[in-house]
Amino acid sequence: MAQVVAVIASTHHPFYYRASTAVGEERPPFADEWVAKIERFRETLTRARPDVLVMVGSDHFHQLWLDNMPQFLVGKAPTYDANWYNEEREFGLPRFRLDGHEELSSHILRGGLDSGFDLAFSNELRIDHSITCPIITLRPQADLPIVPIYTNIFAPPLPQPKRFVELGRAIRELVESWPSDQRVAIIGTGHLSLELGGPRQFGPHGPDPEFDQRAVQWIANGDLDGCLREVSLDSLHLPGNATHGFMDFMLMMGVAGENAKADHVDSLDLFHTMEAYFTWYPNGAPA
Amino acid sequence: MSKYLLNKFLFTVDRDADLVERYREDSSGLVAWWEETQANRILNVTDGEASTWLGFTDEERGALVAHDHVALFELGAHPFLTLTLFIAMFERDHPEPLSYQKGYGAALAHLSLPYPDIAT
Repeated sequence: MAQVVAVIASTHHPFYYRASTAVGEERPPFADEWVAKIERFRETLTRARPDVLVMVGSDHFHQLWLDNMPQFLVGKAPTYDANWYNEEREFGLPRFRLDGHEELSSHILRGGLDSGFDLAFSNELRIDHSITCPIITLRPQADLPIVPIYTNIFAPPLPQPKRFVELGRAIRELVESWPSDQRVAIIGTGHLSLELGGPRQFGPHGPDPEFDQRAVQWIANGDLDGCLREVSLDSLHLPGNATHGFMDFMLMMGVAGENAKADHVDSLDLFHTMEAYFTWYPNGAPA
Repeated sequence: MSKYLLNKFLFTVDRDADLVERYREDSSGLVAWWEETQANRILNVTDGEASTWLGFTDEERGALVAHDHVALFELGAHPFLTLTLFIAMFERDHPEPLSYQKGYGAALAHLSLPYPDIAT
């Protein structure tokens, strides 16, 4: 069976690409520290020597729209074009292409449908920065096939937080039941506290640093009990109006497992939102 | 009230560079054109199979024509859509980094939780 060689959860900051490539007066003062942290984080994936990446993210009203909105969607395509005009425009993100892995997509779709998740699918999906940011930070050579999985953290009504956790557990089981000798890394990105388009946006820190500290502890310790006790669809409005993206971190906690302590934990307090990076090695840290 | 239609306007304008410029330069003309010809288009359906029932209220139309992001927030338009489109239109007029985004937030400072419901 396939092996899950790394589980990775990260924020996805669309400004990283521009900050990390800027030079001279354009280069922000926090760029060097940010790049150093990302390079250490990247090494945690490189060491795991993955063959294929399952990538969990959330479309930001690019392809998925309110006239036909899936809650959970699995891409099943041979190729994925990446990034959109408004992401080039606002963030300077480059366009590129990634190979798909249709066999693993099919396995996840079939197994998910048979175990209680009525997953939507897409045979032609252009992916956005929720998936391309971790490619840029963790695998900039963009040389591995992916299975993209989109969640709705954006357009209410949303699934409950516990459902994200349950889907994460299911994804882990499905990958581990895939009859293959491939080495799979499961990577998901979300947010800590975040405000977009509201009065608390673009402050000197994230909108709720206290929530961020608790969230990092929940994730680092795999504290699903504590997290699920405190987090609800209603409560997530309080730290910032885009904080429902934290549910993708909860999904990744489901992938990593109850009380699974992360092998790599790092964070960076930036303007607007806190960055946070986590890696688990389910089979022990690679040599 | 149609939060959905406000969002549809923001979404379809934001993804088209020409429409972004037309909305910036001639908001009343662009909003009138959009409501007349685009509001009832179903996005992945041919034009002959359009909807028949979508239109703005006077308040919604007025907020769009006025480029009034505070009113759009109060009407429950999706804040991400509004922010993204308004950055595309107006950040260029505020050369200091992030000054447009900070002013955008400051204009909403009178709002407290819970914010207007954005569910559609």
